[in-house]
Order: sequence, then C-alpha cells, then structure tokens
Amino acid sequence: MDLSLSTRTVGDRTVVEVGGEIDVYTAPKLREQLVELVNEGHYHLIVDMEGVDFLDSTGLGVLVGGLKRVRAHEGSLRLVCNQERILKIFRITGLTKVFPIHSSVDEAVAATD
Amino acid sequence: MATVELRFSALPEHVRTARLVAAAVARRAGVDESVLDEVRLAVGEACSRAVGLHRRSGIDDAVRVKLVEQEKRFLIEVGDGVPGATGAEAGSHAIDGSAGEDAAEAAMGLAVISGLVDDLDIGSDENGGVVRMSWPVAVHPVLP
Repeated sequence: MDLSLSTRTVGDRTVVEVGGEIDVYTAPKLREQLVELVNEGHYHLIVDMEGVDFLDSTGLGVLVGGLKRVRAHEGSLRLVCNQERILKIFRITGLTKVFPIHSSVDEAVAATD
Repeated sequence: MATVELRFSALPEHVRTARLVAAAVARRAGVDESVLDEVRLAVGEACSRAVGLHRRSGIDDAVRVKLVEQEKRFLIEVGDGVPGATGAEAGSHAIDGSAGEDAAEAAMGLAVISGLVDDLDIGSDENGGVVRMSWPVAVHPVLP
C-alpha cells in the first residue's frame, strides 16, 4: 500500500491526514509535504495518523524533522493516534515525551500547550 | 539451510516486499500473531538500514534476508555487503552531504530493533554486516 496525504485547515491549524504505510520508500513524500506546508507559512500542524497501517524509524525521523521546522517558527506539531502498534514505536524510542499525542483531531485542535 | 531466502536490490521500494514475506513465513512457522507486527517492523528496520548502508557505500550487491525455521525459534538474518559496518558508524564515514542525517536515521533504526527484539545479535559474516533476530514459535505450528 502506498502513502496517502491530504491537508485541510481547521481554524489556525493545518491538519495533515496520513494513510497507508510510512516507511523508507514513502517517508520522503511526507517530508516534502511537511516542508512545503512550513514554507507556505503553516506553523501549527496536526498530523492525523489514524489511517496509518505501518510506521518505521524513517517515518519517525520525518516527524522529528517536521517538529524542528515548525519550532523554528514558534509553531507546533501534534499527532493524532489511537493505534497501539503505532504508539508502541513512539514509546520505545522515547518520542512520546517529544510529541503531544492526541486521541482525536478535535482534541488536538482544542489543545493549546 | 534457510527455509526462505530473499535477495533484493538495495532500493527502498523493495523493503516492503521483504517485510511482507518475512511476516508470512513467520506466521506459517508458528510465531504468535501478537508478535507478527514486531517481526514485520524489525525486519523492515534491518532492511532499511542495509539499503542505506549499500547506497551510502556505493555497493551494488543485493541485500540478503534469510528466514529460518528452527525447532523452537524463528530466526531472521539480514545481511548487508558492507564489511566492518556493524553499527551506525558506517554512516558517519559516508562522504555525501546528508551523511549526518542518514547516520542518525540508521541509529534510530537500530534503537527500534533493540527495543523490539529480545534476542538480537549485530555481527558480521564473510560478506558484511549481519543483523540476527529470533522469536519463539508455538510448539504446534500452523498446519497447511
């Protein structure tokens, strides 16, 4: 399965809905999307990962890169994820301390800090 | 002799194939369903790392994946063709501009494998580095 990406705006937040598999082959597409959004001035991103079937360390690297980019503009990058097998990867790498992870897009939109 | 052996060109698009094959063979060997996600992820990480090492080192050889059913364990070996590259240090010696980022990704890949796999050995053979991982299998494997 390939990677699907779509974006929408909710208030001052930009939601990136990701579906499919994020791995060494597809992660560059997600990186391009995040870089493009930041270059266009979208600094408050929500990455909705509810449709993600697989995530590896390359994908984690892209998300960390995205976080660095938005932080350079005092922005934010929040994740939406309820899937245990995806959350496990964030836990074993210690990245649950780095990313705010929410159970719904609504919750992520409402979050301020 | 390996139960199933794969050799694939060191290209990112083939890593998914290796993941799917490894998970299918592991399931047949009797690896518990609850662990198959870990097998899939660990194999993917090891293959991604091997692909990265080959590309950074300019090596055209195939990445080798051996899937071996043993009596009580299911063994996976992922071999690269980079002699002496048993860790992320091979990445730090790369000369292209993105070497630092690549090496960081390789290190993160190893961190994920280490976190997932209890029985892990990162060593080498006559061809290059080898990541060996194994998981327990059920006493009565899945019948055809």
